[in-house]
Amino acid sequence: MVTPPTRAKPASRRPANPGHRILLLKTAIWLTGLGPIAWLTVGFFRGTLGVLPVDTIILVEGRWTLVFLIATLAVTPIRRLTGWNRVIQVRRLLGLFAFFHACVHFLAYAGIDQVFAIGYIIEDVLDRRYITAGFAALVLLVPLAVTSTKGWIRRLGKRWRKLHRLAYLSASLGVLHFYWKVRADTFWPLVAALTLAGLFTVRLAYRKRSPKKTARK
Amino acid sequence: MIIRTRRNSDIPSSEITPESAFINRRRFLGASAGIGAAAFLSRDAAGSPLSTRQDEEPNTWEEITTHNNFYEFGLDKKDPSRNAHTLVTRPWTVKVDGLCNKPGDYQLEDFIKPSTIEDRVYRFRCVEAWSMVIPWRGFPLADVIRRAEPHPSAKYVAFATLWDPEQMPERRWKPRIGWPYREGLRLDEAMHPLSLLVNGLYGKELPNQNGAPLRVIVPWKYGFKSIKSIVRMTFTEEEPPTTWATQTPGEYGFYSNVNPDVSHPRWSQATEKRIDGSRFFGSRRIDTLFLNGYADEVAHLYEGMDLQKYF
Repeated sequence: MVTPPTRAKPASRRPANPGHRILLLKTAIWLTGLGPIAWLTVGFFRGTLGVLPVDTIILVEGRWTLVFLIATLAVTPIRRLTGWNRVIQVRRLLGLFAFFHACVHFLAYAGIDQVFAIGYIIEDVLDRRYITAGFAALVLLVPLAVTSTKGWIRRLGKRWRKLHRLAYLSASLGVLHFYWKVRADTFWPLVAALTLAGLFTVRLAYRKRSPKKTARK
Repeated sequence: MIIRTRRNSDIPSSEITPESAFINRRRFLGASAGIGAAAFLSRDAAGSPLSTRQDEEPNTWEEITTHNNFYEFGLDKKDPSRNAHTLVTRPWTVKVDGLCNKPGDYQLEDFIKPSTIEDRVYRFRCVEAWSMVIPWRGFPLADVIRRAEPHPSAKYVAFATLWDPEQMPERRWKPRIGWPYREGLRLDEAMHPLSLLVNGLYGKELPNQNGAPLRVIVPWKYGFKSIKSIVRMTFTEEEPPTTWATQTPGEYGFYSNVNPDVSHPRWSQATEKRIDGSRFFGSRRIDTLFLNGYADEVAHLYEGMDLQKYF
């Protein structure tokens, strides 16, 4: 998918505008990020989301939240494995789309499914482990989204990276939420869990190999 | 956006479909032969008792036949309506065996013929917390049980759905769920006048995705108890194993009576989404009634039982 580093590095062979690949990638992310909303909106008004459209909205938005969370966490491993450093420029966008879909997912549940019955929602969050996990995953994303701006990155300095490691915790809780929710079909929750484990392994491997380098960067 | 707050008064506690209503409505049906069943079922028809209950209008044919759980034909709610056309419902044989005097393989026609077919509008509450109101056509399950002459030792009746991988595409799930799908009822539950064998919907032939050619309907239990496309009925002395209670014993019990006070471990059963096409989002939240509103008729079956334990 990504051009290997050996071909990307020699400056002479690179395209005239070195940012054009990132621009393409960013465009693709915007389209993918807004695509599900467009699909759901059109489907809702055409009546193709099934007899209980709210269930479809919650399901689709939950899936896209996980896709974007995992994509966000894949950025650094891709960078390490391929040496394509510029890829880091799309990480914030991916993360914000994950947060966006998580919010739509939650609002569809709280607002449409539970018609903002706060008592029932609190009961769900406290008593049902899959909702506890999902809600925790969402709450953890809030500080990450808030501190994703350049200003906060500067202000927090080294602490910013520590704080943003919470993304791994949030994604893990999100996958757990998915796994606990399904009744018979555990295939996709397991795929998500293995992908997350793979990404985490890559990060740990690079950390062990060059601890000082990682610390400096 | 439509935001609706819950009120206890949303459903009157007396809103079960009383038998007298059926009788009146059936008389009306007789009197208006030639008018389509669907037209008859519209609740404003000539002062039908149902017309007094605004929230009990039957769901549409479209809703009832495109939102189904029939895992043999796929896990998505729409899958059965797309895939179940491969189910061959003729000829159809029901095997009756176990503790009874008249075991045997019965042709569907022979099974149905001796009974009087009735139309009954029942609430249908899925364990997943959505619900509909459905005008079934069928006959009392008690009819075929009586004809089979169960032995005095028979305490339960077990049912099995057809399992034919050639007709059912979801082979991928075979290892996960032990097909065929099995369900069971205590004999007194099965003999209760509310328990039906159903072969029709809206006065028409039952669509495959709804469990053609013959299914059980036990309206005070969660929908998965109402087993579809039955090929076998077995009378037993011991409580028979049932699919979901075997699959996930902590979540599904043998009884599975609709009960707002017994939560599913993963969600509340206190309320439900009544599918309602007139709403902007296609459903409205209503309180779930004990025994799905049929408590007056069936609560005596569970007298003295701890329903938290026998969920």
